[in-house]
Amino acid sequence: MTTTYAPAPVPTFEDAGTEGRKLCIICSKGSLDMAYPGLVLANAALGEGIETHLFFTFWGFDMINKETMGHLQFTPLGNPATHMPPMLMGLPGMTAFATHMMKKQIEGIDVPGVPEFLEMITDAGGHLWACRMSADMMHLDEDDLYERVEGIISASDFIDLSAGAQVIFV
Amino acid sequence: MTVATIGGHDVHVDAEGFLTQPEEWDDGLAEVLAAQIGLELTDRHWMAIRFARDDHATNGETPTLRRMANVGGVPTKEMFTLFPGKPAKKLAYVAGLPKPTGCV
Repeated sequence: MTTTYAPAPVPTFEDAGTEGRKLCIICSKGSLDMAYPGLVLANAALGEGIETHLFFTFWGFDMINKETMGHLQFTPLGNPATHMPPMLMGLPGMTAFATHMMKKQIEGIDVPGVPEFLEMITDAGGHLWACRMSADMMHLDEDDLYERVEGIISASDFIDLSAGAQVIFV
Repeated sequence: MTVATIGGHDVHVDAEGFLTQPEEWDDGLAEVLAAQIGLELTDRHWMAIRFARDDHATNGETPTLRRMANVGGVPTKEMFTLFPGKPAKKLAYVAGLPKPTGCV
């Protein structure tokens, strides 16, 4: 290997790609496996200094509903990615078993559960929003939701909020 | 491989300027690296740096923000105050460590 002597470069932490960049992630699923993509990406974006908003809609409400947020489940039923015989996946107890296994795997790589993950994201400056229509459909109000949710907003509010942002739908 | 002189030390750096050999780092160098990215080190910065250095020496990995909060005793909010914008990467740079590779 050749060694060159040069003046030390200084990392440009405030690069043009990050400056003014904004990310909105729509979380529409309430299963354990589908909760993580949005959470992991939001956390990564915040760590890069990017303004980040999470918008919870439909089944995504389970991620911010105080009653369910700590108990999301994973079902292998109808999921070919588990590479297991489909007939067995519908057996009683299979969802509980698969959920238990997945939680263990997630813990095993030191990734937090959903409530702690949301705490981490908001500590890092992330914003949480709940969808008006979902709240109305499920008869839930702000008291039913995780206390760090900033508000229940309409679809048009979300469109305003996401002006100029990159949007990811999960 | 590039050898650069920073604050009177000859050190190996990567293309972005991160040290590639943590053992070439010392306290004086940290002050110089911090100044280059506009930081003035306080006791709390040093607490974060010392933990990151020890943790890297023990586990071979640069701690993520989650690890800094849960094990290192520097809460996430504070990390964003101490190292604004990109806390984990800025800490790694000042501490002479590679960027953290973990996703969370």
